[in-house]
Amino acid sequence: MTGNAILEVRGLSRVFGGVRAVDNVSFTLGRGEIVGLIGPNGAGKTTLVNLMTGVLQASSGSVLFEGVDVTLQRPHQAARRGLARTFQIVQPFPEMTVLENVAAGALFTADAGSIRKATEEAREHLEFVGLGKLAALPARTLTLPDRKRLELAKSLAMRPRVLMLDEVNAGLNTGEIDAALDLIRRISARGVTIVLIEHLMQVVLSLSHRVLVLHHGALISQGKPHEVVEDETVIRAYLGTRFAERHKGLVRHG
Amino acid sequence: MREATIGDSRHRLAVALVGAGVVLVALLPWLADNYAVRIATMICLFVTMALSWNFIGGYAGYPSFATAAFFGFGAYAGAILQAKGVPMLAAWLAATALTAVFSALLGVAILRLRGHYFAVGSFAVLELVKLAASSWAGLTGGGSGLNIPILAGGPDFASRVFLYAMLALAIVTFAVALLVDRSRLGFGLRCIRQNENAANMLGVDVDRLKIAAFVLSATFVGTSGAIYASWVSYIDPTDMFSILMTIKVPVMVLLGGAGTLLGPIVGVVAFQLLEEKIWSSFLEIHSGVLGLVIVLLVFALPGGLLGLPARLGWGRAAQARP
Repeated sequence: MTGNAILEVRGLSRVFGGVRAVDNVSFTLGRGEIVGLIGPNGAGKTTLVNLMTGVLQASSGSVLFEGVDVTLQRPHQAARRGLARTFQIVQPFPEMTVLENVAAGALFTADAGSIRKATEEAREHLEFVGLGKLAALPARTLTLPDRKRLELAKSLAMRPRVLMLDEVNAGLNTGEIDAALDLIRRISARGVTIVLIEHLMQVVLSLSHRVLVLHHGALISQGKPHEVVEDETVIRAYLGTRFAERHKGLVRHG
Repeated sequence: MREATIGDSRHRLAVALVGAGVVLVALLPWLADNYAVRIATMICLFVTMALSWNFIGGYAGYPSFATAAFFGFGAYAGAILQAKGVPMLAAWLAATALTAVFSALLGVAILRLRGHYFAVGSFAVLELVKLAASSWAGLTGGGSGLNIPILAGGPDFASRVFLYAMLALAIVTFAVALLVDRSRLGFGLRCIRQNENAANMLGVDVDRLKIAAFVLSATFVGTSGAIYASWVSYIDPTDMFSILMTIKVPVMVLLGGAGTLLGPIVGVVAFQLLEEKIWSSFLEIHSGVLGLVIVLLVFALPGGLLGLPARLGWGRAAQARP
């Protein structure tokens, strides 16, 4: 493990019945890195995130955070360590206000101390993601793009060290995606390590320092974005020849 | 703008209203006859139970049907101790502690269940405790019940003692509810009700908080059972582990507004008034009317009476907190 690594996954596997949903996966995340995690539907991306955040227990292998074995942690412990994640399907507390939603993150994870202080912190995070004006609305009234931003603000309130973003751009239009990308860049600028689970290749390629590719639960490739895009295995498993051609151009010019 | 969680003015209003109610009940023996004192004692009893149920059923959103199990458990614990010669007050306190421990152990077991499964599990607890009380005749007197020494000093004195005991217990329960409502615990329980998985991912230790809510939902109900046993001086399994009670308490809370501070109290008062004024004329179809109230609640009053202003669109300043 290099001195710069914040999270290390070693030979991690999870078996459901006869299916190896995550199969002997190993990688490290460097401090402050943005790492794209791609792969076809059902490749095990979300399962991998669930294993890293204590939602699921690993069948074998281990997860090390700051050199400490955290494989057996439970979700709230992962959150308190600074392993935060957003959900593919956004999960706000629907009847609470937007502000309360974010305050919950500050209160229970970042140990803001009092509810009042958590609420103050929450307000800052809402301004940061651009939801300041909607603070008093019930979360259920937000539009999808705003819900995604709320999800980000909640994660930020947890003062994450590693933030796993599970398809935060799914269902957004081009303009909304640009705003989301800008937001992710600004979060990264704060020194937060980011794992980006994404189907939109232009998002992965424009943000990631490094890309991991999962297929049938196994890590079939990892490297710089342009290397991965040109990797024959990845093209066969996920990208397809035509997409690969297009994205090659995109990487070179982007 | 409605300021999140910190509803200081809301809390002050609640405390003022409850304070006025307390003064009224405390003066009742000088204002009204023993019949009214008896009704007031019952209202205090149900306020304690409703406020307690609100911790688990309202804040945490776990519909518990175990209320009567803890009421009966506390009643038997207090009665057995008193029958063995322990002084009344000490028996009440011991019953409280025993109920708290009992509920913590149960909570560890059944709070793994969610939604309907939890409801069924809590119901099973009621039946099991009832079965134990009926079968363990050596300790509980079995089906023939248990006598508790009658409080000396005459009926007027006794009725005041039990009124003030129940009132004091209701005040303590309300004070705890007030603390929980504005604390981390209350906030965490509200998160659990709305999305347990998300709450867990956000750093809420859901298992610990749920057990805390469950113990809070049981402890003072146990005390109320012990006080009740001393009051009526005879208990048996059918009365103490009543299914009607275990359903009535949640209905009262839902009637007033679940997950709010004042909702349970409003619900109890409204329900008792209904019962005294209307149902007494329909003795044969009593439970039919209860059923009707439940149906009306579900369809017409999802937020309870306290949710009504907001539902009718009377401004956002309304009490309603979903």
